[in-house]
Amino acid sequence: MVKGSIAQIESMGLVDGPGIRTVVFLNGCKLRCMFCHNPEMFKLGELNYTPGELFNKILRNKPYFKNNGGVTFSGGEPLLQYDFLVETCKLLKKENINIALDTAGVGNGNYDEILKLVDLVIFDIKAIDDNSYKEITANNINESLKFLKRCQELNKKMWLRQVIIPGINDNEEYINRLVEFIKPLKNIEKIELLPYHTMAKEKYNKLNLPYKLKNTIDMNIDRCKELEKLIREKTHIY
Amino acid sequence: MHIWNKFKGEKWKNEVNVRDFIQSNYKFYDGDETFLVGTTKKTDKVWSKCSELLKEELKKGVLDIDVNHIAGINAYEAGYIDKENEAIVGLQTDAPLKRIVNPYGGTRMVYSSLNAYNAKLNPEIEKIFPYIRTHNQGVFDAYTEEIRKARHVGLLTGLPDAYGRGRIIGDYRRVALYGIDYLMEQKKQEWDNPVTCDMSEDIIRRREESTKQYNALKEIKDMAATYGFDISGPAQNSKEAVQWLYFGYLAAVKENNGAATGIGRVDTFLDIYFEQDLAEGNITEAEVQELIDQFIIKLRLVRHLRTPDYDELFSGDPTWVTCAIAGVGENGVPLITKSSYRILHTLKNLDPAPEPNMTVLWSQALTENFKKFCSQTSIESDAVQYENDDLMRPIYGDDYAIACCVSAMRVGKDMQFFGARCNLAKALLYSLNGGIDEVKGGKIINGFEKNTDEILDYETVKSEYFRMLEEVARIYASSMNIIHYMHDKYAYEASQMALHDTDIHRYMAYGVAGLSVATDSLSAIKYAKVKPIRNEEEIAIDFEIEGDYPKYGNDDDRVDDIAKEILSKLYSELAKHKTYREAEPTMSVLTITSNVVYGSKTGSTPDGRKAGIAFAPGANPMHGRDNSGAIASLNSVAKLDYKNCCKDGISNTFTIIPSALGHSLEEQKTNLVSLLDGYFIQNAHHLNVNVLNREMLEDAMENPEKYPLLTIRVSGYSVRFNRLTRKQQEEVISRTFHEKF
Repeated sequence: MVKGSIAQIESMGLVDGPGIRTVVFLNGCKLRCMFCHNPEMFKLGELNYTPGELFNKILRNKPYFKNNGGVTFSGGEPLLQYDFLVETCKLLKKENINIALDTAGVGNGNYDEILKLVDLVIFDIKAIDDNSYKEITANNINESLKFLKRCQELNKKMWLRQVIIPGINDNEEYINRLVEFIKPLKNIEKIELLPYHTMAKEKYNKLNLPYKLKNTIDMNIDRCKELEKLIREKTHIY
Repeated sequence: MHIWNKFKGEKWKNEVNVRDFIQSNYKFYDGDETFLVGTTKKTDKVWSKCSELLKEELKKGVLDIDVNHIAGINAYEAGYIDKENEAIVGLQTDAPLKRIVNPYGGTRMVYSSLNAYNAKLNPEIEKIFPYIRTHNQGVFDAYTEEIRKARHVGLLTGLPDAYGRGRIIGDYRRVALYGIDYLMEQKKQEWDNPVTCDMSEDIIRRREESTKQYNALKEIKDMAATYGFDISGPAQNSKEAVQWLYFGYLAAVKENNGAATGIGRVDTFLDIYFEQDLAEGNITEAEVQELIDQFIIKLRLVRHLRTPDYDELFSGDPTWVTCAIAGVGENGVPLITKSSYRILHTLKNLDPAPEPNMTVLWSQALTENFKKFCSQTSIESDAVQYENDDLMRPIYGDDYAIACCVSAMRVGKDMQFFGARCNLAKALLYSLNGGIDEVKGGKIINGFEKNTDEILDYETVKSEYFRMLEEVARIYASSMNIIHYMHDKYAYEASQMALHDTDIHRYMAYGVAGLSVATDSLSAIKYAKVKPIRNEEEIAIDFEIEGDYPKYGNDDDRVDDIAKEILSKLYSELAKHKTYREAEPTMSVLTITSNVVYGSKTGSTPDGRKAGIAFAPGANPMHGRDNSGAIASLNSVAKLDYKNCCKDGISNTFTIIPSALGHSLEEQKTNLVSLLDGYFIQNAHHLNVNVLNREMLEDAMENPEKYPLLTIRVSGYSVRFNRLTRKQQEEVISRTFHEKF
């Protein structure tokens, strides 16, 4: 039986997808995003749940889901525990539970089976050209673009997310480029710009990991909101 | 035309049956809140005067005490706030917020309260004190040595042995619907029935009580007359309906100083009169809201004279004027009327305030409109509690109300013997320490050996603990029987019992405190290694824990089942004992604010909680240990068994920061509705909802003048934050705020 490595289960998530959601954080990620606030989930860690166990845990919260809530798989990069994720989602689908996948799209190459099971993909853009992508995530952009393309081909409903970092992408020029990147995409229901925050610094110290943004300050929340408004107006996606 | 002819239904015209009147006449409202209106000028004038007085009261603690009279239904002259602007009249004494001296519970309490506020009794009044035999004297004449000890060390706390027991809900609606004369006639007829069986103690007591009730009704009528109203017949219109009903309630809080005196379930009842008058064009919406607002103002002014010790237990001067709202009828139709909205709307029209204790009887079948309105009111006021009508209706029918925080009773048909609570965590320490109190020393419970194991063994500890609970149950049951025997004898609530059927069902309402501490302690012993640190007398004064253990509040059956087992064990033990007047034993998991005092009297516990630290309130998980998110926390509490074990209520206080509930108010409203539906569909019983930020509370603690109206829900009631003691404020702030996102 395939087992999964789960870092944490938040029983009441209200911002990772619509409605009241159980958010499951899966361990393991290939990317090393400079702003990552869950560095403790870089490595896979203990295999602590079978699909059935995780399913039962999520099922406990079903009474709260109503019409639009459900479960969101986040992490880490949930696509890396592919078989475990697929098995769990199959069980959830039998119970008609809405599934969202919060991902950077950097898994092991094949995504069809999981994309058939999930109802919403929350896609984390990181960057839109290879150079910046490398700078921000220490990986090349290809895999994420491949995933995005497959989502489009399969007509998946999507939300797009972009972390805004002072001095890196907090300018209108970048926003304009982002608009061009998004324009050809379909089935995009929402765009969210997330302000970078420094709250994870402490975690890096504890884990003895280098923190690349040590000289960067918190992104101003109001400025981030302005940029978000701008991008929403220009793409007509709210 | 006789007012009754305007209303449908027959049954209620031939017997006292308010439920039948409601079901035959009420108009279900499925619309939204847009019809609501603001206050009238008159209401503004009255309320602004009250606001001034309330400010002054806050400064002084107590505004005034009437030292020239003692409690009675008709012992005081009529009193007014602002006579010409008062739509509804009647005060406990001759002036607003002036408190009553009530010696029937016990005179020591009276003196201690008077001393606390530098007041002196009129010597003429004092002269009669030695001739009043009080409830407190009776109780202490009968208490055993064992009970006194258990009480002294805080194994049993808050017992109503020196003040009014409260938690009795008169059916005040009967005064409006029938008028006093009809009710007196009913009591007289019952009394006149010939007695053919042997004249037993029960029958003698029943006859004496009927007479007391009859006389009380007469006094209510006389009291109303001092305000210029003749309430001998039924109320003829909206204004009279509210006024008559309020006179019934007013009599209760003049005669008694019970801890909690609920108003019952009045929204749908009063709405029938309003609808009638609105249809006939006798009244406008603004005038209806004026009646409601002014009625609520009166309920907000109810006060009792308490001692500083009492305030420490139940902080913020609560009176628990619990007001049950909405719910669903046995036929499945919601009992939502426009007046359900109007009553909640007072939290906006006047301002958020702790009283009356707004209690929405939540059902999955309530309308979405109403659910959202409640949700919005909660978000804006933090002054609403929710109780599961779908769980209670099958037991109590559709005309029950709530006393205090969570105690359901059929209005006019049930009463309860309030029993405060026993300390589950202390009992666990007693089972480890050979029945010796870990704080004060001395043997409290006999028949136990000290545990001397280096590492505590779960099976051994549990079996001794459960044996200890048997002893606790025995002592607790004895104390309750004595208390209520004496209370009936020396402080009988004649005016309230007069508004009940003569033959009533009684509950013996036991309670527990420290559930999460006892549960986590057993879990720690079972799943981690717990090593007691003992003093030279071999008493465990602290514990070392090696390893982690599952904690109550994370939806983990391994530990949640322990909580269920503790409750079920204690309840089954309590239920074995004979009760006074064959009362049906029930149990609550509710602490109000006494969780702070309980904690301060209890030594370190095996869960890692240090001596003196406050317990979590009610059935809440221990502060900060429910770290799997709000829903996992709610799910743990929802597992506790209401129907078969804790039928007197399971209180849960839930605090969430606004941004964790959603981005916009609309989203927050919808999400809170989903949260309540999801919690209650699992047969959970009660939820206090606070939507606020920790930073705001911290600021309010340092700068109380900035937040004069800040109201929050504590365990089972609302309180003005600035009326809590510092220690209680700190405890509230240390609670889990669900803020993950």
